[in-house]
Amino acid sequence: MRGGRSALLVAPTGAGKTLAGFLPSLTALAERPPAKKARGLHTLYISPLKALAVDIARNLEAPIAEMGLSIRVETRTGDTPSHKRTRQVERPPDILLTTPEQLALLIAHREATELFANLSCVVLDELHALVTSKRGDLLSLALARLHRLSPGLTAIGLSATVREPDDLRRYLVPQRVSPVGESPPMADLVVVRGGAAPDLHMLDTGLTLPLAGHTAWQAMPAIYDLIGRHRTVLVFVNTRLQAEYTFQELWRINEESYPIALHHGSLDATQRRRVEAAMAAGQLRAIVCTATLDLGIDWGDVDLVVNIGAPKGASRIMQRIGRANHRMDEPSKAYLVPANRFEILECQAALDAVEAAAQDTPDARLGAPDVLAQHILGMACVDAFDPVQLYDEIVSAAPYATLSWEDFEAVVDYVATGGYALRAYERFAKILRGPDGLWRVRDARTAQQYRMNVGTIVESAKVKVRLARANRAKPGAVLPRGGRVLGEIEEDFADTLTPGDTFLFAGEVLRFEGLSEDEALATRAGPGTDPAIPSYAGAKFPISTFLAARVRAMIADPFEWDRLPKQVSDYLVQQRTRSILPGPTGLLVETFPRSGRYYLTAFPFEGRLAHQTLGMLLTRRLERARMRPLGFAANDYGIAIWMTRDLSARIALEPDFLEALFAEDMLGDDLEAWLDESAMMKRTFRQCAVIAGLIERRHPGQAKTGRQVTMSTDLVYDVLRKHQPDHLLLRAARQDAATGLLDVKRLGVMLRRIQGRIVHKSLDRVSPLSVSVMLEIGREKVYGEGADEILAEAEAQLLEEALG
Amino acid sequence: MALGARLEKTTKAPGLTLAGEHLTLDLCGGLWLSAHRTLIVSDLHLEKGSAFAARSGQFLPPYDTRETLACLHEAVARFDPACVVALGDSFHDARGPDRMEPGDRAMVAALQEGRDWVWIAGNHDEAITEGIGGRYADTLTLGGLTLRHEPTEVGVDGEIAGHLHPCGKVALRGRAVRRRCFVTDGRRLIMPAFGAYAGGLNVRNPVFEPLFPGGFTAHLLGDGRVFAIGRSMLVKD
Repeated sequence: MRGGRSALLVAPTGAGKTLAGFLPSLTALAERPPAKKARGLHTLYISPLKALAVDIARNLEAPIAEMGLSIRVETRTGDTPSHKRTRQVERPPDILLTTPEQLALLIAHREATELFANLSCVVLDELHALVTSKRGDLLSLALARLHRLSPGLTAIGLSATVREPDDLRRYLVPQRVSPVGESPPMADLVVVRGGAAPDLHMLDTGLTLPLAGHTAWQAMPAIYDLIGRHRTVLVFVNTRLQAEYTFQELWRINEESYPIALHHGSLDATQRRRVEAAMAAGQLRAIVCTATLDLGIDWGDVDLVVNIGAPKGASRIMQRIGRANHRMDEPSKAYLVPANRFEILECQAALDAVEAAAQDTPDARLGAPDVLAQHILGMACVDAFDPVQLYDEIVSAAPYATLSWEDFEAVVDYVATGGYALRAYERFAKILRGPDGLWRVRDARTAQQYRMNVGTIVESAKVKVRLARANRAKPGAVLPRGGRVLGEIEEDFADTLTPGDTFLFAGEVLRFEGLSEDEALATRAGPGTDPAIPSYAGAKFPISTFLAARVRAMIADPFEWDRLPKQVSDYLVQQRTRSILPGPTGLLVETFPRSGRYYLTAFPFEGRLAHQTLGMLLTRRLERARMRPLGFAANDYGIAIWMTRDLSARIALEPDFLEALFAEDMLGDDLEAWLDESAMMKRTFRQCAVIAGLIERRHPGQAKTGRQVTMSTDLVYDVLRKHQPDHLLLRAARQDAATGLLDVKRLGVMLRRIQGRIVHKSLDRVSPLSVSVMLEIGREKVYGEGADEILAEAEAQLLEEALG
Repeated sequence: MALGARLEKTTKAPGLTLAGEHLTLDLCGGLWLSAHRTLIVSDLHLEKGSAFAARSGQFLPPYDTRETLACLHEAVARFDPACVVALGDSFHDARGPDRMEPGDRAMVAALQEGRDWVWIAGNHDEAITEGIGGRYADTLTLGGLTLRHEPTEVGVDGEIAGHLHPCGKVALRGRAVRRRCFVTDGRRLIMPAFGAYAGGLNVRNPVFEPLFPGGFTAHLLGDGRVFAIGRSMLVKD
């Protein structure tokens, strides 16, 4: 790195890689001759979390002060006051620590050319986490600009172990069109090996686990016992619901009154900061948390990580385990806690993967067009741009390396006038091409709009949850104000609540009392109340393809069963006796009758998101085949669909029925028809529309009137799909749907794989394997239910009232 | 229970009687008065997309006008009305007609051909009084019915108005459905917005309370038909 060559530094946590990333800069800065005037930025550090940037600044200042160096280190985040921001541009520090969003704003600053002209090093921390999202696309474009402003810039990426380090090596350096056979430019690779192997186990309570469910209630006493025997324990769970439940259960048995805290994305931000501060001060024995603490500040005192529920992915579980014991020479200690028998299989697969140091980080991203649109407008805000020059710069960013000139032009056209076939907005254009061939931003207001909308994180609309007091004078009524705010829930979830519903939130069972303006009012439910509403939106990662393949292989190979607890091998033996076992590659489909309905279960092992999409499409096709499907349920391993017609009989009559049902062409017209109305697709489109600046972001304070004044993107989506289905933003939304909420790509790979390999078993009753997915029914929302069914039921209520 | 409107047993479009006049609530959001061979549509908000582009630099797809007109064309072809009443806010702003594409303008002319066409003045478009065919009026009387844009709090018998863009929301078993709707108590009726980009105001909003002191029934536009939903089943946003 000393030689000014860009490099990717891959090291396990605790190896001190962040400080290593700064060493070349510190050396260079220490050796430079004293200067009289400001010299511009020397080193830029980018972190996915602003808290991390602030923490690193503290950690850097100590050694700098000890060595008596005259090096100025500053942070720049959304919290930095404006006078400080102004000063940072006028008199830049030597080292600036910031986030991808702030960097985007800086490179779009009028003074960007001067500010970055002498930049010699950029350090990208937690690069493996950044590159998997649109934030990574945005950062790649900013990096391309930095390489142009300061030729010879050294880029240093810091990363945990990943499956394809070459993807990250390409990300760091400018790409160019390479002759066939020649590999594209890559940064050097520095791998710090070693670190003690993790001390990892599956928690065995000796109890028989259920076939479904994710609460792991059986394990709570054992987890509590572990907390008692360690200094500080991080208890990771997969969803906010699990976090709430685990927190409550641990406190129920907390006879020693250990300080145990809760941390997840819906909690009030000040409460989260308090928990983090208490943790850093060593005041807590345990934190129950979701993915919100996957990344973040190093806490030296954590000596045990407990992961409750499915590990979901090998790399993901490695990252979590690494949160314990940030010292290279001591092993990180962790327990995996399965909540059901399937999760025992998944935990075993994860243990094997960690043992083999196998990684399953996602593929490199294809740069999103909506992010590019945002960037192009930003670049027009700095200065007039030459399209050819800007194109060359953009394709030097790895995620955009394959962008064609035509697609680039389409994005420029979108930025200018919306990219519509109907040229209606020419006279309102945001950027204009002058006679000199250069594009310029229209006016200062457009530039201001850009600055207000920068970034790729689109928060879903949320409502505050406020604790209301019961009104004594009027039983059953609540006083609208007065209580404290507990946190926020997604508007989508709040929309489905009716007064009287009980749900878990902020460690308590709450009773929903109603909405008041933009707040959800709730009271504490009486002791012993079970929450009635099963779930609210929270991150739900699907199981990785890699881990799913391992689970499938384990099930298919009886020799593997010896390694599994008896309750699992017994279960698999039962499945083999009563039906058949799913093979390592094909698809097992079972059909059977139950309580007057007919069921189809299938086990693709492709994760919940792909299964939900599959369920929607199969329901449509069964509808068309007049099988009268009523609904479906899905988990990470399989799906169940139920209907009023006898499917086994139909398959007996038409042997090709299943092959046709699961044919790949469902990703054609059926997918198209579903996308028209899919709420998930509309949410995806909304995010693209906000990122690309089609509609303006809602800002705090604006939110109150937001509902009335903001144009509904659902209406926009409907009209655009009908009149210009190939529009840039619809293409962007599709690109997201392939890997995001709809996981269409994974579904497509599966449908191809199972062609001619469907194994059908007609049964007279539910098989052991099918029980696991049948148990999901009622836990999850039932999809496949049309709006008209809901309305008809509400209408029936009116007729009843009228007649009764 | 304030079940003002008398529900009729029919499998087709639901109808109701208001001030002695028979009304058909059409799934497209229009109101059909067969005795007068009149079709009423409200709050078309034509050129709303281009209004956003002109005012705030947000380039919404400029297809809202043709989409709205296509829906209107479908209804006109089905009913073949002698008269079409656009119940106000037909344009999103006074400059709307100037920004209209020639094709869309021709579509309006074709719809007006051979029938009476009345533009009722709305708060968004009252400044428009010429240049787009048809005739202009503040209110219109049809038998016992009074047609105006904004609902009034006095003299409500037989009043048909728009302006509020009513929407009803039903939440059952963890699923919520929000749709445009007609609202009526048997004395007056408020029409849903017809325009492709017209937003909606929840009927549980306090604005509706003084208009329907005895309660109301909302007729929600479903996918396949119109559903009559009682106030007790409707939830706030």
